[in-house]
Amino acid sequence: MNETMPLGREYMERYPEWREALPGNELPWLAERRADAFRRFAERGFPTRKVEAWKYTNLNPLTKKLFAPGAALAATPGALPADALDEKSVHRLLFINGRAAPGATLALPDGVRLMPLSEALETVPDLLAPLLAADAGPEEAGLLEMNTALMTEGAVLLLEPGVQLEKPVHFFFLTTEDAGEAAMHLRNLLVAGKGSEATVFEHYLGTGQTGHWTNVVTEIVLADDAHLHHYKLQNESKAAYHIAATTAKIGERAVYDNFAMSLGAALARNDIQARLDGRGIDCRLNGLHLARGHQHMDTTTVLDHQKPECRSSETYKSVVDDQAETVFQGKVLVRPDSQKTSAHQLNRSLLLSDEASANAKPELRIYADDVQCSHGATISELDEQALFYFRSRGIAADVARRLLTEAFLAEMVEEVKDPTVHAVLHQATTDWLGQTWPKGRRP
Amino acid sequence: MPSLLEIKDLHATVGGQEILRGLTLTVEAGEVHAVMGPNGSGKSTLAHVLAGRPGYAVTKGEVRLQGKDLLEMSTEARACEGVFLGLQYPVEIPGVSNMYFLKAALNAIRSHRGETELDAIEFLKIAREKAKLLEMNENLLQRAVNVGFSGGEKKRNEIFQMALLNPTLAVLDETDSGLDIDALRIVSDGINALRSETRAILLITHYQRLLEYIVPDRVHVLSEGRIVKTGGKELALELEKSGYADFEKKDAAAMTASA
Repeated sequence: MNETMPLGREYMERYPEWREALPGNELPWLAERRADAFRRFAERGFPTRKVEAWKYTNLNPLTKKLFAPGAALAATPGALPADALDEKSVHRLLFINGRAAPGATLALPDGVRLMPLSEALETVPDLLAPLLAADAGPEEAGLLEMNTALMTEGAVLLLEPGVQLEKPVHFFFLTTEDAGEAAMHLRNLLVAGKGSEATVFEHYLGTGQTGHWTNVVTEIVLADDAHLHHYKLQNESKAAYHIAATTAKIGERAVYDNFAMSLGAALARNDIQARLDGRGIDCRLNGLHLARGHQHMDTTTVLDHQKPECRSSETYKSVVDDQAETVFQGKVLVRPDSQKTSAHQLNRSLLLSDEASANAKPELRIYADDVQCSHGATISELDEQALFYFRSRGIAADVARRLLTEAFLAEMVEEVKDPTVHAVLHQATTDWLGQTWPKGRRP
Repeated sequence: MPSLLEIKDLHATVGGQEILRGLTLTVEAGEVHAVMGPNGSGKSTLAHVLAGRPGYAVTKGEVRLQGKDLLEMSTEARACEGVFLGLQYPVEIPGVSNMYFLKAALNAIRSHRGETELDAIEFLKIAREKAKLLEMNENLLQRAVNVGFSGGEKKRNEIFQMALLNPTLAVLDETDSGLDIDALRIVSDGINALRSETRAILLITHYQRLLEYIVPDRVHVLSEGRIVKTGGKELALELEKSGYADFEKKDAAAMTASA
């Protein structure tokens, strides 16, 4: 295809060598899926902006230099940063610079498997075979195929039917100064059996200034009546690249609740594809971009209503300062059989500087007639009238700006019901606002 | 002792157009003055210039509050120095509770005055007291600022804020507009209760109706950006009978003559 740029020659040349070091090489099904995926990716290459789904995000920086897989990096467990969660409040799986770090985790109830991908491929390959990279993936796969070809590590959570996990599971991906310019091809797999329920907190934190590349795919399979609360905080190094894709296949009457907050990385892309593959599903996708400097943040969602009587709602907000840029693309597909669908989408962006920009591209494709669908997109600045109102009551301009921005964000973090995760996201938001308006201390 | 408010030869433009054209006005502590005038005469502009609204440019003249140069102060500094503007159209602020907003305001002003900031409990005690004055339902304190308030509730909320912030100079811009008789009585009673020897109130209004409830010490007629007549409370009644036509005509004639 001439719409994409060729995969860097070096990636092609080096792949056979990199492949040798990948986990699960002895599993024929996996070797085959990797080879297939690499072939398809090599044909297409990195998506360019001519591909509709990548219209606003330029992956050029990733193709200009060779990011070698980071599997060879030393995992150097040291003191965790202060904003890491208390170990006792979560079931933690820690990864440092893309490698699983040994460490204690809370005892897991029966029926729960939580382990690094490399370990899962060794100990429970038969459980993974029908699930891991089993689908070829969507047509415009972005970097999903490259990820399949090169996936090295990640978090695997398998819930047997009926299991209720009380404490959140913390997938903690920490990068340190040692990450350098490595590529980390991470693959997470979350499988929730019938009627099970869990909260997963996917957490990326960069403590260095490294320009590494995180290429992560999270595959999710929810059986009938399962509930998954899936929260994500992306706070990578400000020079890093974070390209993420989440694919969720959702069964009857299941609840999938996704909230993603983006704070870090120079270039961040969050793809979420939810396939509503049963009746009566409740799917909520929400997220927040807090962007400043020259950051570029893109969230692109595809909600595929395949069966009747499902509800979906999406609310995405961006606060954009300096010369930063944000993107929201939201495709909602309501297939002919999906009668009585309710699908609502809202995207709001707040620009804090004249040079900040936000892009919104809603796309509704509705092929059923008995449906309730809506979408709305707004891009605005802080309300001058409200600012004046605050100031006329004695409240300093920076405090007023901060309060109005908090008000803009207010309901968002409240979507996160788990108190432990809520506290982390709330603190992250507060810190960001505090950095924007150092003199705008909350009164 | 300097006057509480002294405005001298004030000229101001909005969007490049001159609206105030040499306005002079002095108000002493303890007084209530009414500024009346037809639409477009500059009443609201005067209110906003005093409060320091961005976009209102003073091109000439001076304004002193108890001798201090008001025009060189930021909007929030004026509020801290005791200027309060009661808005004709109070702004709705979704996501910020009235309570939080007012506590932030009161504490900003208190800290400017060198007083200690109030905690939530202390604030609530004062707020409840003042809410009674305006017969305000306490649940309006918990709601987002002015969101879903009726016209009357919004105006009551303005005067409630005035009661709480205890200003030196209250400029009330068309506080009577959009009020039914009951709401007008409550709001007026609230304002009357806030008359004080240490405070001046500037009532900006189109209609005489408000002045039946709040009896002013002086009435000024504003036309074409200038005070064209000043009198006692009887001037308002005169205007009620004859309307503003006289002033507009006179002014138009004067302008033609000077051209």
